[in-house]
Amino acid sequence: MFLSVFTKNKFRLYFVLFWLAWSSVHVCILLEWNYTLEEAWIDSSVSNIFLAAISGAVIISLKYYLPRKDQLLYYTLTCIILAGVWISVTRWILSYIIQEHSLNLFTQSIPVRFAFGALILGCITLVNVLFYTLQEQQEQERRKNEADRIAKDAELYKLRQQLQPHFLFNSLNSINALVVSQPAEARKMIQQLSEYLRNTLKKEEHKWVTLEEELEYLQLYLDIEKVRFGHRLSTQIQSEEKALQMKLPVLLLQPVVENAIKFGLYDTTGEITISIDAKISDKMLIIQIENPFDAEISKPVKGTGFGLSSVHKRLFLLFSRNDLLTTSAKQNIFVTRVKIPQQ
Amino acid sequence: MIKVIIIDDEPLARNIVKEYLADHAQISIVQECNDGFEGVKAINQHQPDLIFLDIQMPKINGFEMLELLENPPAVIFTTAFDEYAIRAFETHAIDYLLKPFSKERFDKSMQKWITQQNTDKNISTYSALADATFQQQLNQNRIVVKINNKIKIIPLQDIYFIEAADDYVKIHTSEGEYLKNKTMQYFETLLGGGQFVRTHRSYIVNVQYITKLDPYEKDTYTAILSSGEKVSVSKTGYTKLKQVLGL
Repeated sequence: MFLSVFTKNKFRLYFVLFWLAWSSVHVCILLEWNYTLEEAWIDSSVSNIFLAAISGAVIISLKYYLPRKDQLLYYTLTCIILAGVWISVTRWILSYIIQEHSLNLFTQSIPVRFAFGALILGCITLVNVLFYTLQEQQEQERRKNEADRIAKDAELYKLRQQLQPHFLFNSLNSINALVVSQPAEARKMIQQLSEYLRNTLKKEEHKWVTLEEELEYLQLYLDIEKVRFGHRLSTQIQSEEKALQMKLPVLLLQPVVENAIKFGLYDTTGEITISIDAKISDKMLIIQIENPFDAEISKPVKGTGFGLSSVHKRLFLLFSRNDLLTTSAKQNIFVTRVKIPQQ
Repeated sequence: MIKVIIIDDEPLARNIVKEYLADHAQISIVQECNDGFEGVKAINQHQPDLIFLDIQMPKINGFEMLELLENPPAVIFTTAFDEYAIRAFETHAIDYLLKPFSKERFDKSMQKWITQQNTDKNISTYSALADATFQQQLNQNRIVVKINNKIKIIPLQDIYFIEAADDYVKIHTSEGEYLKNKTMQYFETLLGGGQFVRTHRSYIVNVQYITKLDPYEKDTYTAILSSGEKVSVSKTGYTKLKQVLGL
């Protein structure tokens, strides 16, 4: 909702001052036309109070309904009709107050009064249309800035999420430990970490890749985790041969595997296996990820956990379907299943 | 000999501490631990002078582990947490090392420990409130207690109410009552802003379990829980309760 010009005290004052000034001019003109002073004041007051009221109504109604800018005819017609109404009603009221002689003078001057009335209404309408249009533009500008800001925030957040500071710093710490004792391993880890980061940074959200590429990338991530937790982490990645060439949105599986690592590896103590299994069924690429979890400390997440809600949302945006991500827990194994429709 | 224990779930992370410690004389690494459970056992057994402690570990985190110790040793935290989070517990450790840390930075920590040891024997006075704030940041929806050498993890939603009991607090749950050596204020900070309300000087209640509020005396009430237990509600407690329940 826009602000009316009346919301500012300054404008209200201008409005009143304008009408006082105009009424005085009106009186002077009528005196020139041989009105008595009293009649001149009555005529001027009735005419101008009424015209001011009409202007006020126009200003307020424009606040609620602003016709398109190119509808010049609409504005002109409205002003002419309003001016006509104004003249007729004013004459009708004055007929009860002033004498026959003066009323005749009024009738003679109708064309001039009409022209002035239409002109004044026209000017007021024009000023207000400009005023409201300016506000509309400012509002649009503000909204656009807001949208830009949100988009930027989201992007930064995404980047931070992808980079996972903990993962990065812990990996660097492992390299730090390997450098002296096992330089070759350290070098290998640096290569893996670099490749992983490069992939994370360059991937565009809307790109689709083959399952083979996505699995290679996940393997890289899991290999890095194996350097840190090699003593107890084993992985198992399986896929039907023809599923490898199926396509899926880039990095879709990454959060699922991260979730599996978080609950299956970071929060457990024994030897564990994380498995990824891909197959095709009913023109759907089905990927199943399994990880153990510590039932004592983390209850199986109902529905979709925090890490998986982004996957769920992304699948919904892509396919308008809510049933593509399902999870289940049996004993101490957590199973996440992602389905990707194929064209 | 200075007895040291290293607690971290990553072998390579422990290796780097060992490597850096090799240059320091009079140090004996009595044990390395993979998680907090092992840590509690090892510390009670060896009574070390100094421990290196990771924060994020399986089972229980570094802070929960410290809470379970009656006489915590001097602590140097080793963690990948960023500086912002670190500030919360800065106050109550000798030092914290941000992974990956350099040899120079490590030596500085050791130096700090030696200096503090010479000037003040009571180095490990923990700031309970900083603890609570940090636990909140870690998003731990649980409380860890020790009963006869066994460690019990209580999910917050299982707690009916918490009652002050001298130097301890008594935690009433569906499975029984547990004592913990913490203040009411610690729990008020830890649990604040959620479904827990401090209804009385001696009580913090999980509003989910309140079934009825009976007037007791002028301006005071008694809350009746679904377990049948009764909890006092003071005048200010009632105001807070009304806010949370949206009355």
